[in-house]
Amino acid sequence: MEIAKLTDVTRVYTVGEVETHALRGVDLTIGKEEFTTLVGPSGSGKTTLLQLLGCLDMPTAGKVLINGQDATGMNRNERADLRKGTIGFIFQFYALVPTLTAYENVELPLLLIGKKNNHKARVMELLDAVGITDRAEHRPDQMSGGQQQRVAVARALASDPLLILADEPTANLDTENGEQVMEIMKKLNQETGTTFVFATHDPRVIKYAKRVVTLEDGKIIKDEAK
Amino acid sequence: MNYILKMSFRNLARNKRRSFFSALAVAIGTALLLFMSATMRGEMRGSLDLTINLRTGHLQIHTEDYKDENMSLKRVDMIEAPLDISKQIEDIAQVKAASPRLNASGIIAFKNETIGIQIIGIDPSSAANIIYQEGLVEGEYLRADDREGVLIGLPLAESLNMKPGDTIDLIINTSEGETDEQRFTVRGIYTTDTPGYDKATIFMPLEKAQTITRTENYASMIYILLHEMDDTAAVKEAIQAPGYIVEDWEEMNKLIILVEKLSNAMMFFFNLMVLGVTSTVIMNTLLMAVYERTREMGILGALGMKAKQVKALFLTEATLLAIGGVLVGLAIGVPLVLYYAQVGFFFGDMGISGGSSFMIGNSIYPYPTFGDVISVSIAALLITILSGYYPASQAAKLEPVDALHSNN
Ligand SMILES: Nc1ncnc2c1ncn2[C@@H]1O[C@H](COP(=O)(O)OP(=O)(O)O)[C@@H](O)[C@H]1O
Ligand SMILES: [Mg+2]
Repeated sequence: MEIAKLTDVTRVYTVGEVETHALRGVDLTIGKEEFTTLVGPSGSGKTTLLQLLGCLDMPTAGKVLINGQDATGMNRNERADLRKGTIGFIFQFYALVPTLTAYENVELPLLLIGKKNNHKARVMELLDAVGITDRAEHRPDQMSGGQQQRVAVARALASDPLLILADEPTANLDTENGEQVMEIMKKLNQETGTTFVFATHDPRVIKYAKRVVTLEDGKIIKDEAK
Repeated sequence: MNYILKMSFRNLARNKRRSFFSALAVAIGTALLLFMSATMRGEMRGSLDLTINLRTGHLQIHTEDYKDENMSLKRVDMIEAPLDISKQIEDIAQVKAASPRLNASGIIAFKNETIGIQIIGIDPSSAANIIYQEGLVEGEYLRADDREGVLIGLPLAESLNMKPGDTIDLIINTSEGETDEQRFTVRGIYTTDTPGYDKATIFMPLEKAQTITRTENYASMIYILLHEMDDTAAVKEAIQAPGYIVEDWEEMNKLIILVEKLSNAMMFFFNLMVLGVTSTVIMNTLLMAVYERTREMGILGALGMKAKQVKALFLTEATLLAIGGVLVGLAIGVPLVLYYAQVGFFFGDMGISGGSSFMIGNSIYPYPTFGDVISVSIAALLITILSGYYPASQAAKLEPVDALHSNN
């Protein structure tokens, strides 16, 4: 069964008098254990599409099904509930909570979804998976960009989601760190079966993908498996 | 520790200086409110105490038509054989002292100056008048059989440059509606630390006052002091004085009680103003925090933080500022108030003259109560937390996706 299914989705941003058609009729199905990338030039609608997949945003028209549930027409709290334990996010700017340590950042989604026990083992396992157990007690400002992004990957995985959405996860990393993060994501995809969808326009990242969806001007112009 | 509490603490630590000054605003507000309410209460209590001790007593017996202000010396307006009545009243256990007083108006002439004054005839040996004996600053106190001596208040003595032993002329109204003039000697100089009263009141023994005003065996009133103010109603019931009326301190001090109510109402608005300023500071601080952390709220939202948890986060920050501020405010305010409750603030003569029904001493002694500490603390806490409510709901309203687009 598919994890996410978008049917004829459009998204129009209205700022004052100006209307921007970020997505113009997109159909997209994401299946289990996929490792898919969204590519396309800047402004083509990648971020918008990820936000719709993640139920952070609502389409102007069309239908969004997540894990079999229709997200269109849900209110904010219902969408938050739908996201819980289903979807994890990785942002372009590492986006860790600056006041929390690496450990606490990874633990936070568990606390937010109300899991009470056995965080420690789970969090340490995740930090180990991204290779930064030695930074557990460090705050984001005491870590490099690559380390922060790896913590963000661990955090996205914490609640054991079905789907992880990553928006240009390597855009702010050098080649070595970027590839390291991609390797980790790929390994987690293979070992845990978690589905990954990531937006990028970085060719070094595209080569990791099993499926490449190309966007241009708010439309899918190519969708190929590798 | 609860993660919201932990995050709130750390968020406050992010901008330590701003948090410090916000808490300080709450602290200053709390201390100020405490100080003001204790001072106001002290002032009112002091004023009532003084008026009772100097002028009205806890209870007073006089004729129906007697008015303190006009100091009538007509016999119909006065009490006959007052000593018999006061002796009976002193037999009541709760009564500390009951003593006749004669009030007359007159003029004092010394060297080339003349000043209108009130003359009170008292029984110098009664416990009701011990306050004047204790307040003696120079010379001697009066004796009951003194026929020439008077007691002069300190501010009057200073302004006329009088010393014990000096002779003065007194022109006094009499029962017959005439005036009599006699020479007296200043025996002593007293102070009650109530300039308005002391500069306009002189004392002589009751019998001499009766003779000079031609009211032998009469008095204006019987002045009664109790051991405990709370016994007023009971003693009032017990007093037998047919043909006369008994008034209690509440009836005689309506003006003070009214002013007290009025000043409580004023205090309420003053409190609102202080708390309004405090609340503005807190609201501003938290709104800035919401603005600065917009992107972070988006991330937290994407991670699963719900609107009510976001609200709880900001309200917890407001609560921590409130608790910190109030504790510091109490730490500053309580010792300060207790100190001034001991030493008082001196400000001298407020220019309110004797004979008026409002006695104001030359110092205010703040009178803090536990109830004030509690109610000021609760008010400051509540207002501060409530001021967090608006910023908190603003933060909770942010859609994660919009918040993520923000540049902050
Ligand atoms: N919140 C927004 N308000 C208005 N216009 C937006 C907003 N987000 C994106 N857009 C516009 O929508 C189009 C698609 O943007 P986006 O999805 O961010 O593309 P990409 O991620 O591929 O660069 C762009 O033209 C962008 O300017
Ligand atoms: Mg983008």
